[in-house]
Amino acid sequence: MIKPVLLWSDALILLLLWSVAGLVWLARNNETLRGPWRQLLRNPVGASTALILAVYVAIGLLDSVHYVERLPDTPGQAARYSGEVRSGLDWALTPLRENVEKTYSAPFATHLYAKETLKGPDGGELRDFPRLKYGGAHLADARQDFWPDLLTRGGLGMLAGLIAWLVFFPLFQRGSEGDLVATASSAKNKSPLTLLWERGGLAPAFAWTLLAILLLVGLLIALAPNYHILGTDKVGQDVLYLSLKSIRTGLLIGSLTTLVMLPFALGLGIAAGYFGGRVDDVIQYLYTTLNSIPGVLLIAAAVLVVQVQIEAHAELFNTAAARSDVRLLALCGILGVTGWTGLARLLRAEALKLRELEFVQAARAFGVTHSRILLRHLLPNVMHLVLITVVLDFSGLVLAEAVLSYVGVGVDPGMISFGNMINGARLELAREPVVWWQLAAAFLFMFVLVLAANLFADQVRDALDPKSSGRK
Amino acid sequence: MKTPMKGLSVENLSVEISAGNRLLKPVEGVSFAIGRDECVALLGESGCGKSMTALALMRLLPDGARVASGSARLEGEELFALTEAAMGDVRGGRLAMIFQEPQTSLNPVMTVAEQIAEALAAHRDLSGNAVSAEAGRLLEAVGLERDRLAAYPFQLSGGQRQRALIAMMLAGEPEVLIADEPTTALDVTVQAQILALLRDLQRQRGMGLLLITHDLDVASDMADRVAVMYAGQIVEWADRDSLYATPRHPYTQKLFAVLPRLDRRGERLDSLPGRVPPPDAVIIGCRFAERCPAVFARCRKEAPGFHESAPGHFARCHLAEAQTIPPFLKGGPGGISTHAGVPTAANPPPPPFEKEGSDVLAVRDLAVHFPIRKGLFRHTVDHFKAVDGVSLSIQAGETLALVGESGCGKSTLARAVLRLIEPTRGEVWVAGVAVGGLSGEVLRKKRAEMQIVFQDPFSSLNPRMRVGEILEEGMAALLPLTAAERRARIAQLLDQVGLPGDAVGRYPHEFSGGQRQRIAIARALAVQPKLLILDEPTSALDVSVQAQILNLLADLQAAHGLAYLFITHNLPVVGYLAQRVAVMRAGRIVEEGPAERLLTAPQHEYTRLLLDSAPGKHPFVGQVGA
Repeated sequence: MIKPVLLWSDALILLLLWSVAGLVWLARNNETLRGPWRQLLRNPVGASTALILAVYVAIGLLDSVHYVERLPDTPGQAARYSGEVRSGLDWALTPLRENVEKTYSAPFATHLYAKETLKGPDGGELRDFPRLKYGGAHLADARQDFWPDLLTRGGLGMLAGLIAWLVFFPLFQRGSEGDLVATASSAKNKSPLTLLWERGGLAPAFAWTLLAILLLVGLLIALAPNYHILGTDKVGQDVLYLSLKSIRTGLLIGSLTTLVMLPFALGLGIAAGYFGGRVDDVIQYLYTTLNSIPGVLLIAAAVLVVQVQIEAHAELFNTAAARSDVRLLALCGILGVTGWTGLARLLRAEALKLRELEFVQAARAFGVTHSRILLRHLLPNVMHLVLITVVLDFSGLVLAEAVLSYVGVGVDPGMISFGNMINGARLELAREPVVWWQLAAAFLFMFVLVLAANLFADQVRDALDPKSSGRK
Repeated sequence: MKTPMKGLSVENLSVEISAGNRLLKPVEGVSFAIGRDECVALLGESGCGKSMTALALMRLLPDGARVASGSARLEGEELFALTEAAMGDVRGGRLAMIFQEPQTSLNPVMTVAEQIAEALAAHRDLSGNAVSAEAGRLLEAVGLERDRLAAYPFQLSGGQRQRALIAMMLAGEPEVLIADEPTTALDVTVQAQILALLRDLQRQRGMGLLLITHDLDVASDMADRVAVMYAGQIVEWADRDSLYATPRHPYTQKLFAVLPRLDRRGERLDSLPGRVPPPDAVIIGCRFAERCPAVFARCRKEAPGFHESAPGHFARCHLAEAQTIPPFLKGGPGGISTHAGVPTAANPPPPPFEKEGSDVLAVRDLAVHFPIRKGLFRHTVDHFKAVDGVSLSIQAGETLALVGESGCGKSTLARAVLRLIEPTRGEVWVAGVAVGGLSGEVLRKKRAEMQIVFQDPFSSLNPRMRVGEILEEGMAALLPLTAAERRARIAQLLDQVGLPGDAVGRYPHEFSGGQRQRIAIARALAVQPKLLILDEPTSALDVSVQAQILNLLADLQAAHGLAYLFITHNLPVVGYLAQRVAVMRAGRIVEEGPAERLLTAPQHEYTRLLLDSAPGKHPFVGQVGA
């Protein structure tokens, strides 16, 4: 028996999902809004990065479905629940989560990374690397059987991935041929997804990216239960599991902070540039003051205040998950409140330039209200800046989390995050022999995420720019 | 004819640009020659390939563009065969080029002396004191004081900057100087000075001058020979006198016919329909066939050769082959440009709008002063008087032209009339209501009666809004119309300004400059104004497009009785369109009166200076020949 748990961040994610769904619903019949996105999916880079981002988001969402398990009933007592909050991802990765070794082990290792005193076959003591409890435990002879077993399992996994891909393949076939007459006649009998694919004519690159992802997933599913693909950390947790769990933290910090920051940056930046004079003076004063306070100190102070509040109201945050969740949200909030100055300054400069342009003057000559000029004339013309800055900031924020964790004011030390992984790597790299896989794993996952987000944002900017649509 | 070994001779030059999988040919088969002591004008509208020709000669073509064929020989030396290092010596040395924008062609963080010294070091092997002495001599040669050497570009006016740039280009003692629209960004009085300077330098130093321009009058003042370009080809190549007396190519004839002038008042301007074919178009026959008034079957099948219709006068036209002047031309011996070459019967002038009444716009003693602030607390130390006590009035159906050079306050005046900026003192009445006393909702409603059309059709339309939304914006803000009524009115407006109905769903960048200006006019008309302020509405447009816009403005005025405040620096347009003219200088109106009187018998010396500076009056060639 399980009971769902709604953490504060889950609620915010639901709200975000709900508003995105609402926007899609509103835009579904509007050609003006739909056109750019369809063009985006026809573009090879756009389609493949969108797919990669979708995989990340799916993992993050799965990790946002939280529940607690019901403990075995003891007669005469009310039902009791475990204090450990788990997520859908934890459930899906149960073998990874539960296969905990004693300490470090290298990727694909069958033996521990540290020597221990073992009992020899002859009863004597010897110092050697002991076999792992789970990694490669099924092998009778670790040296001889390792490669054949790895290749068999890996091959089977990739075969499964290929088969899964072939199931999807006919959809791309129809899409790429773009048989418009047939589509129009049979449009009524098809699911919206099929229609999107057919009308949109997804780029072939989408199919190839999907193939790559499915092969990788097949490989992971086949190997992960029996090997630690990315090794284990100091307390023997699987690094692949840690990396997958970190995705939600990274996405949350990136997106929630941006959501907090954007209204400040957009509103104040554009207003300062457009109105000028006193308004400009006040806003400039505000962000200059904010900028002159060292960010880390401000964040440290805010996080400490939040921590005191959490401890003062312990009854509200009764699980470790709830406590680290509130701390994460507070971190997003404070990063957002301190992080809007750079973008605001950029937007102010751009708005200063735009307000002198004649289309703004023309709108004023029509007596169009200031708020409408800001919304219709200035905002769309600075969106390219916003998009680029936000995506670049996104990677910066994930890294900021690592720096703050190092200072001790980042996310809760018990929370799995890229920041904590990198922070841990500090000692591991100083160790001899070096433990490199935790840093490498965090780097790999962040690299793919940030690169995909950057390329995707470039494509979005091009697709939304009316001038570029005619070029293709 | 000059011998081909002297100066620069270009033969059969073609430039190709590969853009994606398309092959564009912005220049195709261009041949001309510039002798020493000669000025050749390369004349054409925007996009005809004249700048691309100049860049090809300098071997400064942008990425993706290359010289596909042809040769360019400077004193017999083939430029296209030189190595890049050897070309580096020629460029800026024996072959120099000055650009259109004096603001951007000088490095803002280097003094004039440093920039001239750079050129001297590169091409003349001078060093030490010799450099500064030579730099000073060059500055004096272009009419600047020697002490200007220490100045930074921002300390110089536009004309001074262009002089400094010319001095830099003279540093290498070029045999041929290419000037790409050297005076387009300058005021008319400064333009006259710079053109005179270029002509004098060219004479004194015996260099060839290739003047690239779109202005027929500038070309007539400056050039010995003129090459007219159209769609990447030279369509006519002749002595200046021969060309201006009897243009042989229909395109050249049309160019003369569309020019607005005082003596064409009340007539409809001839118009040149259609557009220049895009550089990737596949054209079998003549490139001008689609727009040519004298087109016949052969033009569409066979590309015309370059025929010598008179000694030294070449035209790329089948009609020139027969050595006859096309029958529709009625140019007299004085040249088509001064005589009405357009049959007025075919284009009857619009009937004048009959309505006598009170002033649509009355301005009394209007002033706009900008405070100059200094010090820590930014207290006001003085005022910059952009507009300083201006009074004027316009009646319904009347056009008042406001003429002045840049910085004289004419655009500030326009914005103050519309209350886009607050005037310091004075009163503005629009249709009998004092605008200065209004505020809030009343002012907003009043804005429907006064509208403005801006100069630059590229920055005056929001690139992120569709044409339909642009036109609807003012209506939604000011008129009590339902959505359906607004849609109907948008369709009607597009029809009025001669745009297709499907323009509604398109973005501004899909339209040409002239079409965008039509959109801007339609946007202003959408709210049914009584007063339309036209802030240099045609100065960013080609002459053929300018004629279309001026015709449109005349039609709209006749139909709706609009009052126009026409702000311009272009005197021929003033003579053509305006009933009255006000000349503005340094925030004040120095002379006002009926257009015919003011343009023919000016009272004020500044008006006289403006009129004398306008090109097309006094060719320098005659003086030099004497």
